[in-house]
Amino acid sequence: MNWMRELARRLSMLIHRRQFDTDLEDEMHLHLELRQQQQIERGMDPHHAQTAARRRFGNLTSLKEKSRSAWGWEWFEQLADDMRYAVRMLHKSPGFTAVAILTLALGIGANTALFSVVNGVLLNPLPYRNADQVVTLADWFPGYGESSASYPDFLDWVRLNKTFSSLAAYRHDSFNLTGQGDPEQVTAMDISASFFPLLSADPVLGRNFSSAEDQLGGPPAVILSGGYWKTKFGSSPSILGKPLNLDGTDYTVVGVAPENFYLCCSSTGFRLSDVYVTIGASKDLPVRDRHMISIRAVGRMNQGVTLAQARADMDSVARSLGAIYPDTAKDTGIVVTPLQQVMVRDVRPFLLVLLAAVGFVLLIACVNVANLLLARSTGRSREFAIRTALGATRGRVVRQLLTESILLAVAGGALGLLLASWGTRAALAALPSALPRANDIQLDPRVLLFTLAISLAAGVLFGLAPALKTSRPDLHATLKEGGRGSSGARYRTQNIFVIVEMALAVVLLIGAGLTIRTLVGLWTASPGFDPHNVFSFRVGLPPSIANADANTVRASLRQLTEKIAAVPGVTAASLTTGAKPLDHESGLIFWREGQPKPPNEVSMPYALWYRVGPDYLKVMQIPLLRGRFLTAQDDANSTGVCVIDETFAQKFFGNEDPIGKRLNFTLIYNQPLQIVGIVGHVKQYGLDETNDAPMQAQFYMSPLQLPDDQLKTWAMPGYVIRTEGSPNAFAGAVRDALREFNSKTVLYQPETMDSVVARSLASRRFAMILLASFAALALVLAGIGIYGVVSYIAGQRAHEIGLRIALGAQQSHVLKLVLGQGARLAFLGVLFGLASAAVLTRLMTTILYGVSATDPLTFSAVAIVLTLVALAACYIPARRAMRVDPIVALRHD
Amino acid sequence: MHRDEIPPGTLYLLILKTLARSGESHGYEIANSIQQISDDILQVEEGSLYPALQRMLIKGWVTAEWGTTAGNRRARYYQLTSAGRKQLTAELSQFQRVIGAVTRVVEAV
Repeated sequence: MNWMRELARRLSMLIHRRQFDTDLEDEMHLHLELRQQQQIERGMDPHHAQTAARRRFGNLTSLKEKSRSAWGWEWFEQLADDMRYAVRMLHKSPGFTAVAILTLALGIGANTALFSVVNGVLLNPLPYRNADQVVTLADWFPGYGESSASYPDFLDWVRLNKTFSSLAAYRHDSFNLTGQGDPEQVTAMDISASFFPLLSADPVLGRNFSSAEDQLGGPPAVILSGGYWKTKFGSSPSILGKPLNLDGTDYTVVGVAPENFYLCCSSTGFRLSDVYVTIGASKDLPVRDRHMISIRAVGRMNQGVTLAQARADMDSVARSLGAIYPDTAKDTGIVVTPLQQVMVRDVRPFLLVLLAAVGFVLLIACVNVANLLLARSTGRSREFAIRTALGATRGRVVRQLLTESILLAVAGGALGLLLASWGTRAALAALPSALPRANDIQLDPRVLLFTLAISLAAGVLFGLAPALKTSRPDLHATLKEGGRGSSGARYRTQNIFVIVEMALAVVLLIGAGLTIRTLVGLWTASPGFDPHNVFSFRVGLPPSIANADANTVRASLRQLTEKIAAVPGVTAASLTTGAKPLDHESGLIFWREGQPKPPNEVSMPYALWYRVGPDYLKVMQIPLLRGRFLTAQDDANSTGVCVIDETFAQKFFGNEDPIGKRLNFTLIYNQPLQIVGIVGHVKQYGLDETNDAPMQAQFYMSPLQLPDDQLKTWAMPGYVIRTEGSPNAFAGAVRDALREFNSKTVLYQPETMDSVVARSLASRRFAMILLASFAALALVLAGIGIYGVVSYIAGQRAHEIGLRIALGAQQSHVLKLVLGQGARLAFLGVLFGLASAAVLTRLMTTILYGVSATDPLTFSAVAIVLTLVALAACYIPARRAMRVDPIVALRHD
Repeated sequence: MHRDEIPPGTLYLLILKTLARSGESHGYEIANSIQQISDDILQVEEGSLYPALQRMLIKGWVTAEWGTTAGNRRARYYQLTSAGRKQLTAELSQFQRVIGAVTRVVEAV
């Protein structure tokens, strides 16, 4: 308690220290006067009395000093002095201050913005309780790799595992919702009852699914997503317990999930679901059949179980299943991956490259400011020499300089934080879905701390070099030289700084150049089809049609296609279900007729399965290479036929002619399908698809030829149409056509194929834009840096240049002199930059495509650009030097 | 007249004692009173009172307030606090212990 009162007294003294000084002064003077008076009364003459009083009193100034210092605030006052002085100095050269603060703000701002993103995506734990116990589980097939699993297999995982406290399956689905205003298609997720509890997402209203609801024949129940509850039902709690008619069945609303809940993995895409229903109650064929793989799973490991133990456990589960079901599970495995890893897998390399890039930018910014400070403090060396001559210690001068640079750093940091919060928001608003976990990105205390650390470190780092350098001035020489300086050696530090920052800029520019080349290459690469002017959408059929007999469904699909094709401006329309390029995968196993049937399903080859109409090639502009494509005559009454792509032909037929050969798809068809044509290959997995994608072979068949019992499952209609003019304008007309066909049909997921392509490149584009902006920033900073140093040195040499001109030097000679100096620096910088880039860009090969990490074009272009920028930056001071008036220059000082 | 230097550390004691006796005094009064008590033997460099008073203010042994002297001059008057009185007792007994010890040592020689 005592120390607190003491601190309070000390603080109050600090606040009232002006008053303190006058009080002390008054008190001491009173003392002196009273003593003098006493001496006079004793008969001394006034002059001697004063002297005597002073002698008895002691050294007035030093006593005052002692009284003040008793309170222990000198350090503070010195700091305040330093600060005041620093502010005054910075204020005196506003140009320098503005450039320095802005440079730092840009560096720190870019760094903080990116760190916020990295922090949100990579470092922050997932919003689930004990998130490190949560993993994803997937099947693994030999020769294919990671894959979805079958629901019956999943039930066996639940039964056989020993290391998981809970497992939950999920699967994307969609329903036609009727009875709530206009019929609409809702996106859905079929989930296990354990799904929400496992991810610790408690319902905001109502309850989770019961295990009774997660069974075949259980009462149909639905949980609304928070977002859908808000937009569709106005967040009304009265929806609880009401029925929701999905695909003709009434589901009781039992709960509402939290609005911000999402589960996003690269395997599931970033699709938010409107509603959730139980997977166990689903009668869908793909859910019930062990041969159909359509689900993914998440699991929560038991407390204390390690990832390795869980993996070993699931390995043994896989082996048991292989023994029980050799046909579907022999030699298969189960892949267990931490959820966090799955969620960021695809963006991690991008973010790390970007983080390195932004670190470079900060480094350049620091080097720049250090250079500015150094140049400035070299110009101020006379001031320091005088201060030192007057008795300032070296430490005091260094402290003064450090105060200035830290002040700059903190101001830059504050402004940078502002830029960062604005920049982060802008970046996220521009590309909301390119990054997973975008919701988690915000400026949080950790980021704040990071910025603070960076700006302080930067302050000390770039303040220290010039401070140490200038605090050791050769007093004699400096004062004699008039603080002008002429020896070349003293520019060595500046020159090295410039070379370093040029080199850093080269590396960054090359990195950016390589990503730009990658993206441009991808944009212009053909995906195997022409995405321009193609509109794609899906159709939700009313239960009266969807649940009708097979022939009615076939007739309806044919009729619907005709209606859509008849829309004015539509040049071709095709039904498409199953696999869709860049968007959706669907695969099927097969074996060639005439060859021995493989012993089990696992050892059968598989191919991408496109179920499309006769005009598909016309819409997508896929070339027909041989034979014919599907026609309207290929229907339920004619021979089953299929068309394969060139990869299929090459991989499974080699030099044989595939046309006329027959393929067995025994999972779906009782009769083999005859190959009637070969078409071009389509890049299913993205423009950057490589040859190691697991499923490359492709085949096409008509959904109308599906067996009656399979039709409903595999013919969920979607369409692609080729349009005259912008495809975006067709949504309305198509919707009218659907309504004309049946008032309860719903159009959903409308998008152009162009935007599908763009979406597949979104995260690359995000990375490219950022990297390019960082590189541009680096270019500007490096330009400013070389300009600053060359013009500073030219200014310092004005005296010498004036002398040269006076002695008859030509202007061109002066130009060459100054420009030559800049060019030498630029040349060395570019050289070092190219060498380091050749090493460093190898680290980013994972995000490059179609361009070598040491692409000569990029390297030489960057070298030329940077040299030109450097020369342009040097040209300004060179011109200035050229016009030096010898009279003024020689009279100066 | 020979004047002895004041023993180090006793300045606080002298100031405290003076204030205890007078109730309240300004700096000049304190200086005079120390000299009178000690029959002008102890010589304080008068000004050194003031840093000492500042330290005592920080410790909370004394408080200061501005008032007017008999000659109608503005002066800062110092007063003991209860903490100051406690300190005085402590310093006195400490002082007596030391003096006693020193005396015994001196007599033993």
